[in-house]
This record gives sequence, C-alpha cells and structure tokens, in this order.
Amino acid sequence: MNVLVYLIPISLLLGALGLAAFFWTLKTEQYDDPDGDGQRILSDRWDDEPPEE
Amino acid sequence: MAAPISACPACDAAPLAEAQAGKGYGGNGMEAKRIMLSLPQIYCAACIAGVERGLAKQDGVRAARVNLTLKRAVVDVDPDIEAQTLADYLTGIGFEAYELDPGQLKATATDKHGKDLLMRLGVSGFAMMNVMLLSVAVWSGATDATRDLFHWISAGIAIPTVGFSSQVFFKSAWSALRVRRLNMDVPISLAILLALGMSIYETMHSGKHAYFDAALSLTFFLLAGRYLDYRTRAVARSAAEELAALEVPRALRVVDGQADEQVPVSELEPGQIVRVVPGSRVPVDGIVTGGESELDRSLLTGESLPVAASPDSIVSAGEVNLTGPLTVRVTAAGRDSSLHRMADLVAIAETARNRYTSLADKAAAVYAPVVHLLSFAAFLFWFWYSGDWRMSMNIAVATLIITCPCALGLAVPAVTTAASGRLFKQGMLLKSATAMERLAEVDHVVFDKTGTLTEGKPALDALARHKDRDLQVALALAEGSSHPLAQSLTQAARAAGVQPAEVAQVTEVPGKGIEGQWNGKTVRLGRAEWLGANAVGQTATYLSISGAKPVAFTFTDALRPGVEEAITALKAKGMGVTLISGDVPAAVADIAGRVGIEDWQADTLPEDKAEFVARLGKSGRKVLMVGDGLNDTAALAAAHVSISPASALEAARVVSDIVLLGKSMEPLAGAIDMSKSATRRIKENFAIAAGYNAIAIPVALMGFATPLAAALAMSTSSVTVSLNALRLKKG
Repeated sequence: MNVLVYLIPISLLLGALGLAAFFWTLKTEQYDDPDGDGQRILSDRWDDEPPEE
Repeated sequence: MAAPISACPACDAAPLAEAQAGKGYGGNGMEAKRIMLSLPQIYCAACIAGVERGLAKQDGVRAARVNLTLKRAVVDVDPDIEAQTLADYLTGIGFEAYELDPGQLKATATDKHGKDLLMRLGVSGFAMMNVMLLSVAVWSGATDATRDLFHWISAGIAIPTVGFSSQVFFKSAWSALRVRRLNMDVPISLAILLALGMSIYETMHSGKHAYFDAALSLTFFLLAGRYLDYRTRAVARSAAEELAALEVPRALRVVDGQADEQVPVSELEPGQIVRVVPGSRVPVDGIVTGGESELDRSLLTGESLPVAASPDSIVSAGEVNLTGPLTVRVTAAGRDSSLHRMADLVAIAETARNRYTSLADKAAAVYAPVVHLLSFAAFLFWFWYSGDWRMSMNIAVATLIITCPCALGLAVPAVTTAASGRLFKQGMLLKSATAMERLAEVDHVVFDKTGTLTEGKPALDALARHKDRDLQVALALAEGSSHPLAQSLTQAARAAGVQPAEVAQVTEVPGKGIEGQWNGKTVRLGRAEWLGANAVGQTATYLSISGAKPVAFTFTDALRPGVEEAITALKAKGMGVTLISGDVPAAVADIAGRVGIEDWQADTLPEDKAEFVARLGKSGRKVLMVGDGLNDTAALAAAHVSISPASALEAARVVSDIVLLGKSMEPLAGAIDMSKSATRRIKENFAIAAGYNAIAIPVALMGFATPLAAALAMSTSSVTVSLNALRLKKG
C-alpha cells in the first residue's frame, strides 16, 4: 500500500491543475461566445503570427 | 454550415481588403469610449473577420471584437467617434449594423451571475470527480486505515467545496425559511448538510459508510440544472434588452439662434421645443407650435387612418410623424408622458398573473414535506426498534439523499432549455420563465388588428382598375415623397411596370399632398379636403388633374404573412379566436372576413380590451393575447399569456411573455404545440423521478441503502431525465 503515498498526492495535484485551467478559461472569458469561437478557427487571419497584445 | 456564399457577399471581398491587420491603433491619449453595434445578419467566420478588419481600418477605432453568439460587436473608439458613423460604414460594406444603447445592455454586458454559477459548477464538478475516485476504492474493498485515510481526504475536499458551491442553495433555502415557506432548496440544503455532517461523524469514528460523494454529486447535478435555467433566461433577456437598446431614445431640441441639438429624451423638460422630422416617432407629449403634417397613431389607438396635425393640435409620445416637419412644445416628457401613464393600468393587471405557480413549485410543495416526514419517521422507527441512534441517523440521511432531488432539479430546466432553444430558432423569444407552461394551457386567442394581424403598412387596391394616364401621373408625383401611401403607390406601380409621366415642378405641401405641372395642367395627389374630393370610407389618396373629377386610390392594410395559416391552425385545435381593435367597424370587419374570424369587436378603448380579456379569464378561459400597440398593453398584461411582435412599442414588448422576432405569424400554432409537448416532457420527468423514488425509498427505509446505491440512483435518474428532455429537440 506504500504506492498510495505518492499516487494520492499526484491524483490530487492533477485534479487541482485541471481546476486551475478551468479558472483561467473562465477568467479570460472563453465561454462568452461559443458560436464565434467555433467559426474563428476557420479564419486564417492569425495563421502566421498571433495578434500583438 | 451550408449557408449560401452569396448571402454574405462582403464576406468574400473583405479578406482582400486588408490581408494583414497589424498592430491596432493606440488611441489619441484620451479615454476610450465603448460602442455596441447590433449585427443581425452575420453568421460566418468570414463575416467576423470582415467586420473586425473593416472597423479596425476606421479612424479613431482602437479595438473591435465581434461576438457571434450575441450577433454584436464591441468597439473601443476615441471619444469623438459617433456610433452611427460606424454603423453606416458597416452597412455600406454589406454588414447590416445598428447602434445599440449601452445603457440598456448593462445587465448582459458583464454577466457576473452567470460566471459565478459556472465557477461554482466547475469547482463542484472537479471535487465530485476526485471524491468519486476515492469512493470507488472504498466500495471495491478498501478497509481499516486505508478506508479511513480515503474518507479523511474526501472530507478535506468536500467540506470547502460544499462551503463554496452549495452556497447558492443555502442562501435560497434560508430566504424561504425566513418567511416561513418551503421551496425546493430546503430539502436540498438539508440533504447536503446532513450527508456532510453524518459523513464527518462516521469518518471520525472509523465508520463504514460515508456520503461525501453523494453530497458533492447532489451539488453538481443541481447546479447544472440551475445553470441551464439561468442560461435560457439570459439568452432571452439579452435578446429582449437588445430590442430595447435598438431604440436609442433621442430628440432634436430647438435652441434659439442655434442649430438643433440632439439630446436624450430623459433630459427634456416641459416648455422646451423639439423638432420632429418626417418618418420619426414623436418623443414626448406636447402641442404643435409650427408645421403641418399627418400623424400615424396606429400604435396608440389602433386607427389605421393617419390624422392631420397643424399648430395647436395635441400630440402624444409614440405617434409617427408622416409628411412635414413639426415643432412641438413639450407638455410632458419621459415618465409623465402618456406612454408611461399606461404603466399604471399594466401594473394592476400584472399582479394577477404573478400568482401563477409553476409546475416546479407545485412539485416542490408536495415533495419537500413528504421527504422530510419520511426520513424523520424512519429515524424515529429505527431508534424505537433498535435504540441505536447512529444507525437510525444513517438510515434517515440515506433516505434524504436517495430520494433524488437531483432529478427534480433537472426535470424542468433541462426541458425548458431544449424547448426555448428550439422556439428561439423559429423566431419566438420566451421572456418569462413560466411562459411555456402557461402557453400550453391556452384555449382562447385574442388578436389586435393594426400591426398584429396586419403589417401596419397600406397596400394599393386593384391597380388594374385605374386608367394608365392616372397611374403615370400619380407615380410621377408619389415618387419623391416619403409618405407611406405615396411609397406604397410607387412600389405597386413600379412593380406593375408603370412608367412615370413627365411632371414638372413637383413640390410637397406638408400635411396636404404633392403638387406638380403636367402638360400645362396643375396636378395634385393628396388629401380629399385639399382637392375638394368626396372622401371614401377607407384609407385613400386622391389624384386631381385640373378640370377633371378627382380619382381615389384606395389602400388596404396588408396582412402579416402567415396570419391565415396561424388562424386556421388555431381553429383546427378547437380554440376560440377573437379580433378586437380600436379601429372603425368597416376596417375591422374587412380584416376579420379576410382571415376568417367570426368574432370581432371594433371601436374598443384600451380599458375595454383589458376588461374583455379579464372577463374571458374569469369565465375560466385561458387567454392568449397577441398585440403590439400602446392600447393593447393593459390587455396583454391581463391575459394568461401574451405575445407581441418585435415591431411593437417597447411598452407592449415589456409586458409580453413572448416576443415574435420574425415578421411571420406562422410559428404561433407550432409554438403552442411545442409548449404542450414540453409541458408533457416536464410531467414525464417528474414521473421518472417519482418512479425511482418508489423503488429507492423502501430500500432506504429498510436500511439497505449504501453510498454506492445512492450514487447509482442519483446518476441514473439525472441522466434519464436529461435524455428525456433532449428527445424534444428531435420532434
């Protein structure tokens, strides 16, 4: 059962990572325009370089 | 999406316009202004790129972002840029655009509540998955110290999560309890808290069963229902707000010795003078001080004939100025104007309707006491039978959890989300949460005439009856005018291939008509009194060629598309249909005959309409009122459920439960069918939830329920209920 000593922290850490990623998506307003995001992927506007912030 | 490319010609051209949009314009150092534009026709990736690139090229634009879901663009610009300029530019390059009033859009612009719910949903989801993993280990045989360790870790995850995510339920339950009421959130909160408390106690005493996973999945499933519910309403609210925001309330104030200034209507005060240009709506109540014109009062009274306005005539907010510019001295503006006085009538009628109890509330009223009594009885019985309070408590908690409020919490929102999404695609916007349930009960439909059954736009009668010469002269005169009758005449004549005669010196005489010279004769097109003609009893304009008897061109209000189909379908369902209008009997009888309504009333006042609807309601009928004017608002509010077209006055849209976004009336009958099947699905969902309980409750009462059984019952019933709701989408 010693394997639990590192497996459990790892699983908790992975869960926390996922949660942090979710917070980030929420904070950067990635759920505001689902239709638009689906269409934007078809645009080649930023294919060469990302927009400057 | 298989939309035709040609529907968006500018989309194809736009990428060529500017292949590389570099770094945006940094601004001129002043604080940016935010402009919102409505873009009703965009649908594709190229549209997004076209609009954003086009806007970025404009002077003074710092940033532009299109939201395709809301069909809206948010533009940050220098403070001196006008929204109208950008809207005109976009319309010019092929993207229909309208200015939106940002003040009206506040509630949906930020959407704090939605994000908050989503955050709580996400947290409970992650916590549930982690705890579920640990629970599976326990269920598959972890024992002793290992089991206790897993339980402790679960407790460490569950306690803060419940504290954060379940707050929504606790708050709502508390506010209900404070006024001594029971709502759905009371049993939910109790189940979550008891499950958590009991599990912590068991963990501390190395107990076998802990319900951490149940407490979290309860929270997760119920929050999912809550979020769906919220989304449905948010979509409706943002569309409703957008309709309101499209009418930016502005007026032209006349200032002595200066150019007119454009001011918000809210800043006008009695005594000030405003100018009302032809084609615009009168913004205030007042008295005409200068100018001659005609006014279209159909939105206020239902009259289809325009009335003349000259100095000293009284005008009301909401009327449309047709021919000449008018100056008006304000007697009442904003809240005091007749538009807003109607609100009192509406408020009285609304209170009656707010008493409607939704199906969900009805279910909760039965469910909550039954569940509480059952689990309390279970506790008492087992304590009396065994004397072991810990085991008795365990059974009572298991009963509370296993009765699955999750399925009940999802039963309604899952169906309404699916149904209102489908109605939205057909062009019907549900503004009220219970509108669908109420629509399903309708058995009598009352229509308004002008603007509801008809388009509110006149169409020329029997073109072929007129002499070619008359038509040619009339067309030449009408072409230059913006009067609705003249425009309709032009349209009809052009469509029939009539060529305009050579008429010189065409001038418009405001409030009277149009005059010109043809073959050395004076020709006039206009009001009967002006020409000395005998007025016919319906909407008409008259043509006189000097020396000859004036000819009348009569018009009939064109029917809104889909009206006949809708009424036939409603009748086929055995519903009563009534037409009630403020217009004159002849006009009402004509329309009633054309659409096949036998039961009609004319010359009704707003109060009469409301009373008629209320009387029908008292006699046990469930009335659906369809209307658009200010004179309909009280009746709309008095009805069991109400619908107004998007072209209706804002006051009418506000009191309506449903707004018809498209022009056609055809979706009406389908919407009633849809709401009926949605209500049926909701009831089925309640039946499914009850069915699970019929099996689960005895098991729990007998003490055989384990956390595994609870988790299984909860998940299966929630999933079945959601799947049943999705069946609606297909048909």
